Amino acid sequence: MTQLVLFNVFNGLIVGAFYALMALGLSLILNLSGVINFAHGGFLAIGGYIAFALIPYIGFWGGLLLAPFLTAFLGVIVERVLIRRLYGRDPLYSLLLTFGLAFIFEDGTRFIWGAQSLPFQVPGWLVTPLSSDYFFLTGYRLFMVIVVGAAVIALFLILGWTRLGIRIRAGTLDLETVSVLGVNVRILRNLNFGLGVYLAGLAGVLAVGQLGLQPTIGSSLIMPSFVAIIVGGLGSLPGTLLGGLLIGVASGVTTVFFPSATEAVIYVMMALVLLVRPRGLLGEEGRF
Amino acid sequence: MGSGDLNKQVPNFVVLMLLVTLPYWLPAIGGYVELGTRVVVLGLAAMALNFLLGYTGVLSFGHAAYFGLGAYGTGMTIRYLVPSTGLGLLIGTLVGTIAAAIIGPMIIRLRGVYFAMVTIAFGQVFYFMAFRWSSVTGGDDGLIGWTRQPLNFGFFSVDILHDPTAFYYLVFAVFAVAAGVMAWLLRSPFGRTLIAIRENERRARFLGIPVDQHIWISWVISCGFVSLAGALYSLVNNFVDPRALYWTQSGDFVIMAVLGGMRSFWGPLIGAAIYVVLQDYLSSQTENWQSFIGLFFVLVVLFFPRGVLGMIRRKVMS
Repeated sequence: MTQLVLFNVFNGLIVGAFYALMALGLSLILNLSGVINFAHGGFLAIGGYIAFALIPYIGFWGGLLLAPFLTAFLGVIVERVLIRRLYGRDPLYSLLLTFGLAFIFEDGTRFIWGAQSLPFQVPGWLVTPLSSDYFFLTGYRLFMVIVVGAAVIALFLILGWTRLGIRIRAGTLDLETVSVLGVNVRILRNLNFGLGVYLAGLAGVLAVGQLGLQPTIGSSLIMPSFVAIIVGGLGSLPGTLLGGLLIGVASGVTTVFFPSATEAVIYVMMALVLLVRPRGLLGEEGRF
Repeated sequence: MGSGDLNKQVPNFVVLMLLVTLPYWLPAIGGYVELGTRVVVLGLAAMALNFLLGYTGVLSFGHAAYFGLGAYGTGMTIRYLVPSTGLGLLIGTLVGTIAAAIIGPMIIRLRGVYFAMVTIAFGQVFYFMAFRWSSVTGGDDGLIGWTRQPLNFGFFSVDILHDPTAFYYLVFAVFAVAAGVMAWLLRSPFGRTLIAIRENERRARFLGIPVDQHIWISWVISCGFVSLAGALYSLVNNFVDPRALYWTQSGDFVIMAVLGGMRSFWGPLIGAAIYVVLQDYLSSQTENWQSFIGLFFVLVVLFFPRGVLGMIRRKVMS
């Protein structure tokens, strides 16, 4: 029993790490530009498919390094060509636009690579269990946790210590002042969008090693990411991280005791949080 | 009644006349009556959404949940409780409305994109309920084994199952009453208050209007009519499946409202007509119709943000 619970908690933690990675990217874009990027799941899927296409040529490690960058590049182009036009207009329009993009990405990947799940090879030594008692502790899962952890630490270092990161944080608080102080806000938003999409691409490459590669992978991960943001607190990146891990573990534990509620439990958590603490766990008072 | 009032009645009259005569002219131009029925049902859903989106100015993105609840409520009533179309419609609508009333207090204090995010996420609860509780809902395969029942008026009954025109007129009658109620609400002092909130929420608050309470009521009314549309939709198909509840369905309603024109009463109906016909055509032409629908979203946002009626009104004004 203990092993079963541990297994599911660990599983939940991994799923939660994905939610968190995705939700952090969504949060970055939402906080600075006020855009809910419905296409975020589509970017995740594209990250996975790019890696799938590259790995035969440059190997797993090359794919892991390069695919998220290519995805981010696509994100930068999408922002530059489409989303930028909608800043300052009713948020409804950017919502609808990214909604349409999500359709295009999902159907586009289906068109190119087919609807069936594709095999995704990770290096053999990563797949073997590390311990016979804890069979679920495969190298790949541990590896995912390490990569996600490293990415999150890197993100917070970027936001805390680099010029770009400081500007992003300042822009989140008061974009107009940042603009008046001579920062090119267009480029800032563009890079910020790319950074957010990079995280989605990275999550995509990692996720397909675990969940398999299919066009719908993005649309199944995006709603939990919304919940992660709401539970953690709108506007707070540490909150988003906490929210993601929390709902991952919660659905993992629920799998043990009440398997049919695995997916629904996170929405119940969201309802509870909204009732008790409408601004979310780490959200600032009165911000939204 | 002055001539100005009369002029305002002209669009209403034209829309109603077109709908009344629809079974006669639609087949003549290459459509079929069921397509018209779907347009009217989804048009009702989009108009109900627009009550909140266009007239109250609240960005709701999760209306598919209540649409689907109405559909499941109706289907399950007819399947398990009583084989009665009327009772099915009533219970389906009530189920969706009550769910909206319960969820309302948790979300009415949020605004803008956050309202959208929370409403769309909440919808997923019902999706997974329908998906997982398969012994009752039929799960992914949908709720089957039932059909809409003949309307029984005691001394005569109408076979709406096999006669698409009779069923169309049932749907149209429900639509007309619902549209009338919505129009009446919007013209009442309550409706004017909603528009005031849309235009300037802070000012409305300073005037002593209980804004949150108004938004809650508007949300419940809007979701109630969407549930009614969902209830009708289940009758159209004699079938319900979890996709009626899925979050992408919510986006369809919003694009219908925007496409037709959010600032006009009949706009969403026109949007629904364009969208339904387009989807019907695309899905018969190509397997990748989803990409084209997505592209359509993008194009509408970039080049057509005011919608059909918004464009026409602008042309007329200038």
